[in-house]
Amino acid sequence: MHIPDGYLSPSTCAVMYAASAPCWWAALRRTRKKLFGRTLPLLSLFAAFSFVTMMFNLPLPGGTTGHAVGVGIAAIVLGPWASMLAISLALAIQALFFGDGGITTLGANCFNMAIAGSFAAWGIYQLVSFGAAAESRRRVVAAALAGYGAINVSALLAAIEFGLQPMLFRDAAGAPLYAPYPLSIAIPAMMAGHLTIAGAAEAMMSAGLFSYLRRNEPGLVGMTSQPVTRQVTRGLWGALAVVLLLTPLGIVASGAAWGEWAPKDFVNAGTRAQIAAASGNAVAPAAAPSGLARMANIWTAPMPEYAPHFVKSATFGYLLSAMFGVGLILAVAWVAQRWARPVHPTAELSAKPSAKQRSEP
Amino acid sequence: MSAGVISKTVRGFTGSLARTLISENSAHARGLLQALDPRVKLVGLLALVVAAALSRKLAVMAALFGLGVVLAVASRLSLWSFAKRVWLVAFGFTAMIAAPALFLTPGQPMYTLPLGSLAVTAQGARSALLLIARVEATVTLSTLLVLTTPWMHLLKALRTLLVPMEVIAMLAMTHRYVVLLTETANAMFESRQSRMVGRLSGHEQRRLMVNTGGVLLSKTLALGNEVFLAMQARGFRGEVRLLTDFRLRAWDYLAMSGFAVASVAAVVAGR
Repeated sequence: MHIPDGYLSPSTCAVMYAASAPCWWAALRRTRKKLFGRTLPLLSLFAAFSFVTMMFNLPLPGGTTGHAVGVGIAAIVLGPWASMLAISLALAIQALFFGDGGITTLGANCFNMAIAGSFAAWGIYQLVSFGAAAESRRRVVAAALAGYGAINVSALLAAIEFGLQPMLFRDAAGAPLYAPYPLSIAIPAMMAGHLTIAGAAEAMMSAGLFSYLRRNEPGLVGMTSQPVTRQVTRGLWGALAVVLLLTPLGIVASGAAWGEWAPKDFVNAGTRAQIAAASGNAVAPAAAPSGLARMANIWTAPMPEYAPHFVKSATFGYLLSAMFGVGLILAVAWVAQRWARPVHPTAELSAKPSAKQRSEP
Repeated sequence: MSAGVISKTVRGFTGSLARTLISENSAHARGLLQALDPRVKLVGLLALVVAAALSRKLAVMAALFGLGVVLAVASRLSLWSFAKRVWLVAFGFTAMIAAPALFLTPGQPMYTLPLGSLAVTAQGARSALLLIARVEATVTLSTLLVLTTPWMHLLKALRTLLVPMEVIAMLAMTHRYVVLLTETANAMFESRQSRMVGRLSGHEQRRLMVNTGGVLLSKTLALGNEVFLAMQARGFRGEVRLLTDFRLRAWDYLAMSGFAVASVAAVVAGR
């Protein structure tokens, strides 16, 4: 995940520094206001803690070990702005002093892990834990999901940066100048390890540290982070709505994703040419492989290719599919929320402020 | 496996502390780069790193790598240690990533493997070589900066790149407490290891790791408060001031010109 020097072009590195700079600036302003003089030692110490925990070997089910970045717990305890500074500091020390991650790629590494990771972790934690009591089991699940989501968002961004290199930077003979793999290889290769090993390590560390803090230092959980308010979750719902509205952008991409071909794609001359071009000029079989042809019709999706059959407009079909997908996820989340309710029903009630508390200024 | 994870983690901590000591020692040796003003060294070596990143020619990358080796020798750095800790590690990691590109990059087949129809393409071979050469050159140059500059000097030199003073102060403090917290975590694991008989199950190992992390986090936050109070007691009011006593000498101007010429030449030749 720590991208070394030489894997990204200087222009990509410059863009990533430019994308990170305003976030760092805003984070410094916000944390300065919130923490006054405490910013300096608190963020430095948390960065040092994050650095040290990155060296912990976490044993994972299956006999392997993984390392956590610590972005999940940082975002929960410090809030996204302070977290992005603390993790950026840890990454800077790693790059400048220990050679882990490059100097030219520091902006990209900070953007992926510290900035996007902190926002992802914080957003997931707020959404999943909204309305849960302090001692609710749902908060532990939220912490685990925050860590897992954050590390995978970071990995996806790194994979996209890698995958863009051969598209944009080649020499006259067509040889890639930097990271050599296109998106179709970079994304699955990167995500395979992060959806399993690294994601599990981060989820375990976030949930474990959260449980520990809640049990032993309850005052520290959410020490500087924003309280969970309706306004905050409204903002997150707003962001989700914007992403939903942007889903028709998928129509802009032409052709099928690599490896997601349908049997009919093997007999269509145009699609065959696209498959060959995306597969190192390897000629696709003349007909769909027998296994693919046999299994392709086992399940017919209700909305094939994000276009319900009763909708004529592709844009509207995309939107409808996205709304349906998000609705399904929310329904699953609602069921999980019901399941993860605290064992003692009074615990949930204790989270709601009493009339007396509400009347206090 | 009983203490495998703990031993592995402790070895990681020890290695990290050892690297800190090695770079502090080499930064104070009497060599070419150590004698330079940190600002000149920072800007000059960064310019060479960017030139290596911009280059599209193997010969230019090899030349920059060669320059790095010459500077390392002139700075009295052990080439064996350099090879073991930097070149071999970077080569192993990059070669592992670049190897599949030999076959997966579309282009003219150069060599077909005897078994199967996998072929190394000319474009794939060039791409893998470019990646390895670029990584070796950039890693060598950036490691030179770290190994020949005391950490505090390097941080102060960051002001040249307009890094805010507050950030520099935080980096300095982070570095100091990285060492302290590494030692604390190391002591916690060692004390646990010395009291351990038999084997720990996977679940117990995970619990041990997470609990140690939790204790370390509690200690970290408590230490943060103590440090803040100590800073206030010393009169800290939220403003950071750095004492910079760097002075450019004739030797530094000469080195600056050398870095500028080498970087520009590498950028022009590497197009």
